[in-house]
Amino acid sequence: MSPSPSDGSHGIRISRVSKVYPGTARPAVDDVSLDIAPGEFMTLLGPSGSGKTTMLSMLAGFVGVSAGSIEIDGRDVSRLKPHRRNLGVVFQQYALFPHMSVAKNVAFPLQQRRMPKADIETKVAEALKLVHLEPYADRLPTQLSGGQQQRVALARAVVYQPRALLMDEPLGALDRRLRDQLQREIARMHRELGMTFIFVTHDQHEALTLSDRIAVFNEGRIEQVGTPADLYERPETLFVAQFLGESTCFRGTVDRQAGVLRCERFSVRVPEAPETGSGVVIVRPERLELCADETEVPESHNRVAATVTDVVYVGTHHQVGLRFADGTTGMAMRLVGPPLPAAPGDDVTVAWDPAHQAVVADPAGAAVSVPEVRSATPVLP
Amino acid sequence: MTTATIKAPPGVSPARGAGRARRRAAGWLILPAAALLLVFFVYPIATIVWQSFTDPAPGLGNYVALLHDGISVTVIVRTLVTALIVAGSTLIVAYPYAYAMTKVGPRARGVMTVLVLLPFWTSLMARNFAWYMLERRDGLIDRMLGLIGLDGVVLLGTVAGVTVAMVQVMLPFMVLPLYSAMKQIDPRLLDAATSLGAPRRRAFAKVYLPLSVPGMLSGFSLVFIMTLGFYITPALLGSPQQSLVPQVIGQKVSALLDFGGAGALGAVLLMITLLVLFVVSRFTRPFTALSGTVGNE
Ligand SMILES: Nc1ncnc2c1ncn2[C@@H]1O[C@H](COP(=O)(O)OP(=O)(O)OP(=O)(O)O)[C@@H](O)[C@H]1O
Ligand SMILES: [Mg+2]
Repeated sequence: MSPSPSDGSHGIRISRVSKVYPGTARPAVDDVSLDIAPGEFMTLLGPSGSGKTTMLSMLAGFVGVSAGSIEIDGRDVSRLKPHRRNLGVVFQQYALFPHMSVAKNVAFPLQQRRMPKADIETKVAEALKLVHLEPYADRLPTQLSGGQQQRVALARAVVYQPRALLMDEPLGALDRRLRDQLQREIARMHRELGMTFIFVTHDQHEALTLSDRIAVFNEGRIEQVGTPADLYERPETLFVAQFLGESTCFRGTVDRQAGVLRCERFSVRVPEAPETGSGVVIVRPERLELCADETEVPESHNRVAATVTDVVYVGTHHQVGLRFADGTTGMAMRLVGPPLPAAPGDDVTVAWDPAHQAVVADPAGAAVSVPEVRSATPVLP
Repeated sequence: MTTATIKAPPGVSPARGAGRARRRAAGWLILPAAALLLVFFVYPIATIVWQSFTDPAPGLGNYVALLHDGISVTVIVRTLVTALIVAGSTLIVAYPYAYAMTKVGPRARGVMTVLVLLPFWTSLMARNFAWYMLERRDGLIDRMLGLIGLDGVVLLGTVAGVTVAMVQVMLPFMVLPLYSAMKQIDPRLLDAATSLGAPRRRAFAKVYLPLSVPGMLSGFSLVFIMTLGFYITPALLGSPQQSLVPQVIGQKVSALLDFGGAGALGAVLLMITLLVLFVVSRFTRPFTALSGTVGNE
């Protein structure tokens, strides 16, 4: 689904929100603004400590904002107590009430709303059906597996039709297979309920597959907001490029007049460079062509000589590790099937269409200050 | 270790033999404690109970006398009521304190723990005399209340005076079990409850309070049982007209040399204690299954 952009009177509007915890110097959330449209699946993605949980807790009302405001459907809720915000929250550690049965847990929010008993029963049954847990209504949470507990938590958080569902790494405590399964269920629930979902994760794969839009957090700030395709194909910062997916990054100096990025031993054409100065050209692995014969490459394409360092077979494709003349390492991806044009140790020409590259500013030392980023460099054998 | 030299008998694998030897060694290790308990605890109790049936004449005479001497039943009831009041008051005072301990930072928690344990490091006699000084006529409490126009409030020699002092002495035995139960409760449960629409206070009543019941039960029973056997405090701060079971036992033994009667009274106290423990263990069992808040099989 493609929700219409928020006009402010509907949906959630976060305006210049900051949070400084008492006794700390650096803000945990630093001047964040974000509009979330009704029915949108918005993911807050970022490394550990980037302020995602803090942002979500401010939305839910568990912690107050230090500055800025949060509006829901045009109404400022920044000072509203959590129980009056009518939002659903799902926690990483489930937070089910251990002394209540599954049905009682799901009935809890309805009882708080003084719903008649008969209505509660039908609503609880519907919610448990939504998460395929009808037979478990009378169990205690401790008698369920982690995945089942999280599904109870989901049912409990949507049964009263809150204005939005907030989830803080809801799949973080589950193993791989369950995580995939629950991911699909969350996507299905989003389709069926048409509710606004705000989903926190540090898993880029989860973010890319589930979201309508993703807000990438880094050190309390939003680096970029966009659709998964926006972020993957047109990253605006080196951080976003490195946090989401693999890439080859050429560092150098942008010469805007000449329309090139000058690296140590070669140049790369940058037709639409934003500014002059040190810059990085980013190319995703599936955009890199490997050719033994340079004459096949279209004139408009960039081409750089490289040595193949290794080839890793990962089922659907080969990952080809590359080393360029200036020492830059990178990776290309080839679908399995057509024969590989090169073997480890071979010299190849790497080519790509400049339309598929991104040029970003090079924040001094950015590569070292970025934690938990999977390196674009394949492991050398 | 001598166990290392023990040879495994034929047919027993070395590993199993070693395991058994280690278990036997462990058995030896508890021997001193077991011997101590046997000589200084089980033997005296057995003697007392035996005497209650045999001294001065065999039979249930001592127990019948308890029912008919016109005082013992009153004293037992008074003791039970006092113990209930002390345990209840201690719970009311200790609950917010233990809750605060789970909320504050590690340093403040350290200070609060020391404050709770402080009574353990002070002599019981010293503390009782301190209460004596506070509660006597013209003592601090009397004079302070005099300032606000309440003259002549002398707690010394009253059940209230005894209760106040016992609550103070018992506080650690309530705070510690409460705290250890409360720190098991996932604080996010309260966030979850408020996000689901419960105001903070109702979230506390519906979620936190029930989950702290095991801690309340164990603290309450501990204090209740200990208060039943309290001797010094009521002897020093109470009055002979308001005596409790331990004082009467002391009197029977030291003044009246009525060992059989004292034994009977002691046996009754023991029965009550065992009954309380039984009931509490009955109540806590269904709860212990729930105390793990983050179930994750
Ligand atoms: N209650 C608190 N008091 C003080 N500092 C805090 C508190 N909670 C979080 N912080 C700090 O705020 C920053 C952001 O934390 P937050 O929990 O929001 O990050 P996160 O993105 O959710 O990380 P993770 O992926 O590890 O959950 C961190 O530096 C953290 O140490
Ligand atoms: Mg977090």
